[in-house]
Amino acid sequence: MKLNELTAHEILKGMSEKCINPADVYRSVREAIKTHDPKIHAYVHHEDDGIAFDEKKFGRFPIPIAIKDNICIKNYPTTCASHILQGFRPPYDATVIKKLREAGLIFLGHANMDEFAFGSSTESSYFGVTRNPWKLDCVPGGSSGGSAAAVAANEAIWALGSDTGGSIRQPASFCGVVGLKPTYGRVSRYGLIAFASSLDQIGPITKDIEDNALLLNLIAGHDEMDSTSADIPVPDFTHALTKDVKDLKIAIPKEYFVEGIDEEVKTSIFDAIELLKAKGAQFKEISMPHTAYAVATYYILATAEASSNLARFDGVQYGLRAQPSQQRRTPIIDLYEETRHQGFGAEAKRRIMLGTYSLSSGYYDAYYLKAQKVRTLIKQDFDEAFKSFDAIITPTAPTTAFKLGEKTSDPLSMYLSDIYTISVNLAGVPAISLPCGFAKNGLPIGLQIIGKPFDEEMLFRIGHAYEQATEWHKKRVSL
Amino acid sequence: MKNYETVIGLEVHLQLNTQTKIFCGCSTQFGREPNSQTCPVCLGLPGSLPVLNEQVLLSGMTIGLALNCTINSLVKFDRKNYYYPDLPKAYQISQYDFPIAKEGFLKVETGGQVKKMGIIRAHMEEDAGKLIHSPETKSSLVDYNRTGVPLVEIVSAPDMRSAQEAYDYLTTLKLLLSYLDVSDCDMEKGSLRCDANVSIREQGVQVLGTKTELKNLNSFRAVKNAIDFEVQRQIQTLEAGERIIQETRLWNEEKQITVSMRSKEEAHDYRYFPEPDLVPFMIETSMAEKARQALPELPTEKLTRFINDYKLSLYDAGVLVQDKNLAFFFEACVKAWNNPKKITNWIISILKQELNARRLTIAQTKLSITHFTELIQKVENGTLNNLTGKEVLTHMLDTGKDSATLIQEKGLTQVSDDASLNTIIDQVLAENADIVHAIKSGKENAIGFLVGQCMKKTQGKANPKKIGELIKGRIHNVSSS
Repeated sequence: MKLNELTAHEILKGMSEKCINPADVYRSVREAIKTHDPKIHAYVHHEDDGIAFDEKKFGRFPIPIAIKDNICIKNYPTTCASHILQGFRPPYDATVIKKLREAGLIFLGHANMDEFAFGSSTESSYFGVTRNPWKLDCVPGGSSGGSAAAVAANEAIWALGSDTGGSIRQPASFCGVVGLKPTYGRVSRYGLIAFASSLDQIGPITKDIEDNALLLNLIAGHDEMDSTSADIPVPDFTHALTKDVKDLKIAIPKEYFVEGIDEEVKTSIFDAIELLKAKGAQFKEISMPHTAYAVATYYILATAEASSNLARFDGVQYGLRAQPSQQRRTPIIDLYEETRHQGFGAEAKRRIMLGTYSLSSGYYDAYYLKAQKVRTLIKQDFDEAFKSFDAIITPTAPTTAFKLGEKTSDPLSMYLSDIYTISVNLAGVPAISLPCGFAKNGLPIGLQIIGKPFDEEMLFRIGHAYEQATEWHKKRVSL
Repeated sequence: MKNYETVIGLEVHLQLNTQTKIFCGCSTQFGREPNSQTCPVCLGLPGSLPVLNEQVLLSGMTIGLALNCTINSLVKFDRKNYYYPDLPKAYQISQYDFPIAKEGFLKVETGGQVKKMGIIRAHMEEDAGKLIHSPETKSSLVDYNRTGVPLVEIVSAPDMRSAQEAYDYLTTLKLLLSYLDVSDCDMEKGSLRCDANVSIREQGVQVLGTKTELKNLNSFRAVKNAIDFEVQRQIQTLEAGERIIQETRLWNEEKQITVSMRSKEEAHDYRYFPEPDLVPFMIETSMAEKARQALPELPTEKLTRFINDYKLSLYDAGVLVQDKNLAFFFEACVKAWNNPKKITNWIISILKQELNARRLTIAQTKLSITHFTELIQKVENGTLNNLTGKEVLTHMLDTGKDSATLIQEKGLTQVSDDASLNTIIDQVLAENADIVHAIKSGKENAIGFLVGQCMKKTQGKANPKKIGELIKGRIHNVSSS
């Protein structure tokens, strides 16, 4: 096995046994980027400037990592894969980046994404699409498609993504890697360029569960720079890996297995359930009655917040600044309009308009306020389930990765590819996606495990038990 | 012409005097180099997040309590969305449906009576930056130092019925705020700003007329003048059979008129919604209690106490309380030398004028409490005469030195030994034989003239009382010479 195909825990073990030199791992990953990224295009910025790795001194975790392009790295291009942030180099590190620096991680560059994380396929990136390493004419999922593809293509050992409605889990599922959306508040959002502030979470994308727990260990915790980060103790998540699933109570929500789900996906999920049953877990079908409203609720709340979060991109302080060739209104309004006209792609404009509309006077009560109420109901579905169950298991996505271009002209069908992941963000609970099989077309299938607030340990525990009995997570793509 | 009633409500924006900004650790100091007091948070850089400054919350509560408001124990912020180059996030973090304080009042002495002006609400928010326009280069620059400076907006009920009432409301409010020590309330520096909502209605009508909002009011005087102008404009509009348009109007200080800025149709839809970056929370009872206990003595309470404890007249107590620093100085002086009446006289009739002439507050001078009270005592016991005392005080204000030092330095000792005084009196009596004659024939009042002549010759250093006695003795009892 090549060094870049290893997991971090394998590398760390090799380092402690003095048979692996982290500099060699780094070179091997860089080599993979050079060789494969021209066709995968997992990265939007991977030049060395500002993030160069000093081979002579490395820290505890010299693991090469890809960072989604919406997480600020000091003095490094951070653009949300948008034209409007062209040339923007933040003067500060996101809290997660600061933590990773202290732990000695090696930054490879910024990974591609849907523009401002608006999408499920990474096709809305201003810098062009990322391809699915398993099948190059398919999407890697999104919005953290670059991060998931980088890990799947062995162009990174680890990656950070962000998840607002499934943006870590769905691409992890499509690319056959492990992706975790932590509990809202578990990881600091300081330095994550906001899409929807009440839903966004940064999370780890890795090749297996153990690596995921290791990376979460490094980024989790209260941050006084983020009022929404929870001030509660952070456990050592790797401790969860030693426990089995015997007598755990796991729910299967029937609303997640209705029309639209691919038969092969369904079969793989039930195979996984059977496997966990054999290991002593107890399963029961439940109903989460408000599931059907999740997508609609999400697209009102997320776009409302996004319309406000993206208002600051006005050409005044940083990024793109454009003026129309002829004066239309006042110079400043022309500047705003032309900058935003040129700077945002179609999906960003669509969402800004949707969100602006639902916050407008006269519509606020009917849309935003109503959606907030439904959000509470959706959350109550989860509260209710977790009164009797330790976890919930569902597919991560209804299908495997779809073809490039297949859904770009139909936003609604694109939105529906997040149908199983969105409720989790609305409820603020943690969920993980891990590989649980491959379809006949050679594309990976993802299993989603959802846990109680701040009980990521349960997700790792079940996921790890599943991995112990399967080989899916060990499959490496051949490019 | 019909009889009209004026209805005014005021919105006061108050910059708080906290050390740091409302959502980040940047300094709030005024007048620093542009953009030197900024960070990713107040610049609204992508990815940055606000964290509430607890001191702002405390000040907000203090203001609310002093205005007799109910404090909302739920602290919640909202976003007010609009585009302007001085607003880096393109939204202002403010409070919409749960202001920190609501439903209070302020008692205002106006037109010889005390009127209770309603306070609708007071809420916390962040200030915007400052635009600097350069006509030469046809460009505008933005200074973000002010961005994120904490503000409390105090919204009054439409309870004022004249420009004078609005003026009195503002001076009373400003005095109250100065006692709370939450802001320096300096309109010139923009730490206190005021917008006025003005409407008129026919006398006796209950329904409010259409209001206009007056902006760009840069002094209390401007508030008064702008309202007076606007009321006349509205009356003329109605009398001409036209309708008042709901709009924002700018006060033009130079021309002393209000000018239309934007109408209601062009008004912003601010699309308020809850700020998701700041989690709403409940004020702990301990903190509410802390704020209540930290509430200082307010001007009206102090006034009553000064009258009762120090037996001051309403007028004297009023003058002292009008100026927080002076009121505190007064009490400290009384502690050093228990003679409130004399201290009050000196403060009101001498010190205050000297301060006014210098455009200084007492805190800005070098005057010490001990030096000041010692000086008064020296005058009282006759060591110095009134005039010299005043002169010593002016030097004290400038130098901070004590009276003994100043008397020596300036050669101000009172001439009081009988020998030197008698020599001077001899001269004066000789030069004014006719006056002496007049006094001898019963015109006692003329002694004053002779005393004045003696004072002149001593350059004011003599004790006039003593001179008077000596002259009297000399004229009526020749043998004493």
